[in-house]
Amino acid sequence: MNNKLINNSKTDKLLLLINKILLSITVLIVTIPLLYVLLGSFLQPDILLTKGFSFDPKHWTVEGYVRIFNDGSIMRGFLNSILYATGFTLVSVGFTILAGYSLSVDNLAGKRIIMIYFLITMFFNGGMVPTYLLVKDIGLLNSPWAIILPGAVTVWNIILARTYFKGLPNELKEAGRIDGASDARIFLSIILPLSKPIIFVLALYSFIGQWNAYFEAMIYLEDRSLYPLQLILRDILIQNEVEPGMIGDQMARAELQRVAEMIKYSAIVIASLPLIIMYPFFQKYFEKGVMVGSLK
Amino acid sequence: MAQPLDTSANTNNLTSQTSERGKKKKGPMEYIKKNYILYLFLLPAVLLVFIFKYIPMYGVTIAFKDFSPLKGVAGSEWVGFEHFIKFLESPNFQQIFINTIKLSAFDLLFGFPIPVILAIMLNQVRRAKIKKNIQLIIYAPHFISVVVIAGMIFIFLSPAGPLNALLTLVLDRPISFMSEPEYFRTIFIASGIWQGAGFASIIYVAALSNVDPQLHDAATIDGASLLQRIRHIDLQTLKPTMTVLFILAVGGIMTIGFEKAYLLQTSMNLPASEIIDTYVYKRGLQAADWSFGAAIGLFNSIISLVLLVTVNTVVKKINGETLY
Repeated sequence: MNNKLINNSKTDKLLLLINKILLSITVLIVTIPLLYVLLGSFLQPDILLTKGFSFDPKHWTVEGYVRIFNDGSIMRGFLNSILYATGFTLVSVGFTILAGYSLSVDNLAGKRIIMIYFLITMFFNGGMVPTYLLVKDIGLLNSPWAIILPGAVTVWNIILARTYFKGLPNELKEAGRIDGASDARIFLSIILPLSKPIIFVLALYSFIGQWNAYFEAMIYLEDRSLYPLQLILRDILIQNEVEPGMIGDQMARAELQRVAEMIKYSAIVIASLPLIIMYPFFQKYFEKGVMVGSLK
Repeated sequence: MAQPLDTSANTNNLTSQTSERGKKKKGPMEYIKKNYILYLFLLPAVLLVFIFKYIPMYGVTIAFKDFSPLKGVAGSEWVGFEHFIKFLESPNFQQIFINTIKLSAFDLLFGFPIPVILAIMLNQVRRAKIKKNIQLIIYAPHFISVVVIAGMIFIFLSPAGPLNALLTLVLDRPISFMSEPEYFRTIFIASGIWQGAGFASIIYVAALSNVDPQLHDAATIDGASLLQRIRHIDLQTLKPTMTVLFILAVGGIMTIGFEKAYLLQTSMNLPASEIIDTYVYKRGLQAADWSFGAAIGLFNSIISLVLLVTVNTVVKKINGETLY
């Protein structure tokens, strides 16, 4: 653009060239591992091990995917994850939006105290063991609610929502009030329709966060049938376990290892599928999310 | 903005609700009754925070007690600092403490500047479409789950994996990366940069895009080189954001990436990979040594808090920017 008019010095031109090269290398560093896993999921594992790669169609296979679909645990984990992520998102976004709106209302008595009440949890927390004991005491152990409730409300998200509502023109609320609308009415018919961006950003991050989480499930859930996808994946990827449904009745040790190796790749692809599909749709909200966050 | 509305409030008594909110002329009960819906909106969040954040804060008193599930938090006997002393005197303490500090300090040292550099590099890309595509690609790993990242690390670094396949060109024996403690930190930090640096640059890129291009043009006409412009314009623009993020990062030093560290642990690399949080999990939950686990966790959060306050004070003295 403008820079073309201005004579860059020789070193500047050289630097810009180096910059282009470095950025290209960065892009390669990011993409190569991802492509390797994607392509690897369609390759025979022994080829992957011995040759590293092959373009020979004879070496290609969808066996890994077939085995995953034949075994119930990954699919059940997939469904559990959808359930948990959706439940978590509904609770989290709902409660956050409501609280954020109230805290954005001017002159609400006690607002400061409530804000401090929330803010304290940013600096102090009971930690892993007391939180676990509490969840156990109130009988949520081995229940999906243990995944959904404890982390649903975070101060940070409430601040995000409050900041967004504060940014909406006050005249709108006043106009509603002049027309005799109640607070609930104003919230439902005036504020909420204008809040799609913040709702979307919060929902997006809640959903992805929960979809990718394994830790709460690991400590709170005991039944394998309740496991979310990430925990099943952990067994497959990290602990090298093979689900019973993925293998035949009698399988030699070597064959077992071959299967274990193969399903790793396809399991990764399947687990990342929802995000890959959503990615183009939500990418325009990345910056919005960060920008809203930086306002404070 | 509020002026015209205030005058209308005098003439139109329908808006009296607004002014009451500020003046509280009537009794508190009346006030709450009038605005009850707003308090109702707050209730679920307040309740959840009370249950899942405040009750555990009381529960942390078990760090000073000999907690037994039968007696409950209140009924268990006080033992003072016994668990803390036990932890500080245990043979593992030094190693775990140093592991935690080293892992985070190196993570900060290498991980912090890279997003800044990336943003400055991206800022030099003139064609918007290319810039956007690069961003789209380098943001992507951020959304991959930690389990998948750990799984990919195990795949790539296994003795029969692709990295060793490349290395055998120069080495005669494959390296068992995940079983050697000496590689753990490098693996942890490098994979963290691979996954997070792109997305972390987003906030810096946004800050840089707010710089008036005329500033750069003027500087160029005055004979400033590219590096000079980066130093005096770009870095100055990024300084406030960098400061805040740096303070937050230091505050988080003691609570670094528990989830990933735990997944990347193997029995062989424990001498480097055991950090305070993973130790809390193993002792507190897995071994059901509740009080001991809670004590170590509390020890950790106190150090975090002290670090956060200290670095905030220091930074405030140095350049006047501060977090709160």
